[in-house]
Amino acid sequence: MWYFDSPHIVYGEDARCVLETVEGRRAFIVTDPTMVRLGFVDEVRRRLESAGLEVAVFSEVEPEPSLQTAVRGAEAMRAFEPDWIVGLGGGSCLDAAKAMWIMYERPDVTPDSINPFDTYHLRQKARLITIPTTSGTGSEVTWAIVLTDTAEQRKLGLGTRECVADIAIVDPYFVQGMPARLTADTGMDALTHAFEAYVNTWHNDFSDGLALQAIKLIFTYLPRAYRDGRDMAAREHMHNAATIAGLACSNSLFALAHSLGHSLGALFHIPHGRAVGLFLPYTIEYSAPSGAARYADIARFLGLPADDEETAAWALSARVRQLMHEIDQPQSIAALGIARADFDAQLEALVDRAESDSQTVTSPRVPDRGEFARLFVYAYEGRPIDF
Amino acid sequence: MAHRFPSDAWIKALCAELNASEAYANAAKNWEGDFYFIVEAGGPLEKDVWLYMDLWHGKCREAFEVTDPASKSPEFVMSASYEDWKKVVLGELDPIKGLISRRLKLKGNMNKIMRAPQAAKELVACCTKVETEFPA
Repeated sequence: MWYFDSPHIVYGEDARCVLETVEGRRAFIVTDPTMVRLGFVDEVRRRLESAGLEVAVFSEVEPEPSLQTAVRGAEAMRAFEPDWIVGLGGGSCLDAAKAMWIMYERPDVTPDSINPFDTYHLRQKARLITIPTTSGTGSEVTWAIVLTDTAEQRKLGLGTRECVADIAIVDPYFVQGMPARLTADTGMDALTHAFEAYVNTWHNDFSDGLALQAIKLIFTYLPRAYRDGRDMAAREHMHNAATIAGLACSNSLFALAHSLGHSLGALFHIPHGRAVGLFLPYTIEYSAPSGAARYADIARFLGLPADDEETAAWALSARVRQLMHEIDQPQSIAALGIARADFDAQLEALVDRAESDSQTVTSPRVPDRGEFARLFVYAYEGRPIDF
Repeated sequence: MAHRFPSDAWIKALCAELNASEAYANAAKNWEGDFYFIVEAGGPLEKDVWLYMDLWHGKCREAFEVTDPASKSPEFVMSASYEDWKKVVLGELDPIKGLISRRLKLKGNMNKIMRAPQAAKELVACCTKVETEFPA
């Protein structure tokens, strides 16, 4: 027994027009100052107002949003009493919107206790619309929430299936001006979501097809979107691919590249997509001998050599490295500009975090402590995995 | 020798498997917490069976079938039907998936459990090593 959860997804050029058909009284937009500056907030506000809704904006979400910001936003929500919440922005804004929504609906719930085992009975006061403005996190369709408790300096991985949005609006209008570096980082995030959704041990019939199609779309369109941000066909396909990959991983799970990437990102402040994407080829090579990762399926779907798992895995890791080269993505930890002495000093902490990361357990091959350390060292030096 | 599930002999055999497992010791090295596992009446069981297990830093300190549920007040109480426990013991139902789908019910700090998936996985791996007899 398992579940498949998805919002009602409105996608493609002008998908944002659906905002003019929303029925309700008040909409509360959760966003950040960049979205205000780019005019995206006005664009959304105008369409909601034309539907007859009164609109309020909370634009204080920071990168890696804090628990404290989410609490402030929930207080503002309670004062405004919206029946629609609109998350507009990258993953940070969408995660913050989900957290604020839960606290608005359930002021009795301690934010850091939100978990997938309890029932919260959301949607008594409001429903959620998500509008992504990057093509990567998939947060518009997932039930995950990542917040930072700034008081205690810790990351909180929260979530409940109830906080999957009611409507996700996947409109390439919002990503047409995305900078090349952000396009590459978020694109690698989406690719890692898709790969790991397919190979993790919780994979299932419903997520498999989504993962494969997302991988194919990203290999085809990410280099184009990176080279020419005005290539709207590439932008649109990448935007769709990120959402499809999000659906895939939200309904299965992740694997080792996320464990390693979370650890590196937390200790060296590397953007999430860059960190998890860096580890993808290494974890493909490491996981191949398990025989459980089903790399041959992926390689066959992409038209790569797929005679056996090992051959397929090496063909895939080479293909990922080629993509990373095409989009100027760092392929080793050293290439991120991290000095060897700093890396060595943090190696134990890197291993500690990766070992206890919740994504490790669903990896097709689970490293022991020594192998974790070797994975980090090989990734630092840019060496293919040979153990 | 096969041990009947659920029973005092079975939970003690699992305790011994855990204490012999290097993988469990490593995965659960930071874990502190004891459990009641309740196998609910139904199927071959005429009444609920309560099993106690005290897990501490990668070791099982104590395990037994409970005759008086008031004798301990463990940090966690996990309950499920006989059939669902059987699937967990056979490695056919991931306990974290079981909790999310509410086939396993848990009283206690959910987030603490969520932070220990590798320990849960290794505990189940030890369950599958216990030679087990399931009453029809």
